[in-house]
Amino acid sequence: MATYPEDCLYTREHEWIRVEDDTGVIGITDYAQEALGDIVYVELPSVGDHFSQGEPFGNVESVKAVSELYMPVSGEILEINEDLAESPQLVNEDPYGDGWMVKIALSDPTELETLMSASEYEAYVREEKEK
Amino acid sequence: MVAAQPKRSPLHATHEALGARFMEFAGWLMPLQYTGVIEEHLAVRMAAGLFDVSHMGRLEIRGRDALALIQKVTCNDAARLRDHQVQYSALTTERGTFVDDLTVYRFREDHFLLCVNAANREKDARWIREHREGEEAEVYDISDHLAQLALQGPAASEILQPLTDVQLDHIRFYWFEHGEVAGVSCLISRTGYTGEDGFELYVPVASVEWVWNRLLDAGQAAGLKPCGLAARNTLRLEARMLLYGHDMDETTTVWEADLGWIVKLEKGDFIGRDALRRQKEEGVQRKLIGFEVHDRTPARTGYPVLIRGRIVGEVTSGSYAPFLRKNIGLTYLPIEHTTVGTRFQIRVREREVEAEVVPTPFYKRPR
Repeated sequence: MATYPEDCLYTREHEWIRVEDDTGVIGITDYAQEALGDIVYVELPSVGDHFSQGEPFGNVESVKAVSELYMPVSGEILEINEDLAESPQLVNEDPYGDGWMVKIALSDPTELETLMSASEYEAYVREEKEK
Repeated sequence: MVAAQPKRSPLHATHEALGARFMEFAGWLMPLQYTGVIEEHLAVRMAAGLFDVSHMGRLEIRGRDALALIQKVTCNDAARLRDHQVQYSALTTERGTFVDDLTVYRFREDHFLLCVNAANREKDARWIREHREGEEAEVYDISDHLAQLALQGPAASEILQPLTDVQLDHIRFYWFEHGEVAGVSCLISRTGYTGEDGFELYVPVASVEWVWNRLLDAGQAAGLKPCGLAARNTLRLEARMLLYGHDMDETTTVWEADLGWIVKLEKGDFIGRDALRRQKEEGVQRKLIGFEVHDRTPARTGYPVLIRGRIVGEVTSGSYAPFLRKNIGLTYLPIEHTTVGTRFQIRVREREVEAEVVPTPFYKRPR
């Protein structure tokens, strides 16, 4: 069963963001990692890069497929998860924890209002599955 | 046009109960994976895996001229087969290209079994029938009567032996025997598509669930895992076994696919012999090679292949290799660029990554 932590906000492309003050941590959801299967490489941007909301900022490669990563909100990359270079499987094992991908400085916190809550995302996933 | 419903294996419900995720392949809905492709792949390399390969096509050739007919439509020399021996071969066109690749099982001179690709089952049967000119032999598609399991990995023999009276160590690689497995009459073939030792079992449909479950029980202690088509694909790629429709088809010759070892020009006439002889004399313009990517990004099937900025083809099979922990693949390159060590590039989205021609098979099992 996929999980949906309450302290995150979600995108339709299955990223999550956890916000504290003006910074946010971003990763992909449990549902996304399960759909992708065993992840073998995560291509991440460089610290200092800027991205707009919805812009691709990297790729996640599983044995079977490659999938783009999209910015939940606009911001500047403050930190990337260096552990994923050697241990990309962390995304499978702990998608909301050790499998985080980037930390950003939010440029426009009002964009958060466009994201889904945990319960909204759970309903969205249920719809996706029924398609 | 209304899309046809994919066919289901007789083990479909069993796979569902095991939590399989399914994929459509060659008109069949088959297990993609159970627990995860890497875990399943490694189980086959280190212990054993059990695959449902019932989607494969099974054609029987019976009649006085069965051998003569097979000799005519395939490029390998089936006359070298003894009773109960298996041979890897190809059905070839007049141009020396692949109608299909297949394994040929000889029961007797007048009775053979061909194991062919799922997608080509009807095409192959039609092809063989069409090229019959007076040979007294019939082609029977028995695919729907038999299920097919593959028990693959170094522990395959020790798992299977307690379930059968057949002395497995008397079955050599690419030979087969009739025998009972868990009380069910099967054909036990020491063959596979993973690069490991192992067996393929041809089982009556009505009993396949029983045999599948007995095998899973018997193998539990040894680390046997049910495996899906995702692991089957990465395993065969590491062992450089080709996939029809990707690595070769009706546009590529047997020489170009670097399968010259299955071409026996001296065996007598067969379809495609003249073209293959000519190409042997003239030499090929391109050849299928194995490559390794010098990058963390897998070079996937269909990605463009470049030499000095010019697109010369595409990756025919490409993946992360779970046992070797590298990104590997196969592609056709112009013959002057096929030497081991040659560097070329593969376009991965907006980037070009470095690749290098390497010796194959990428993985060879320890003996």
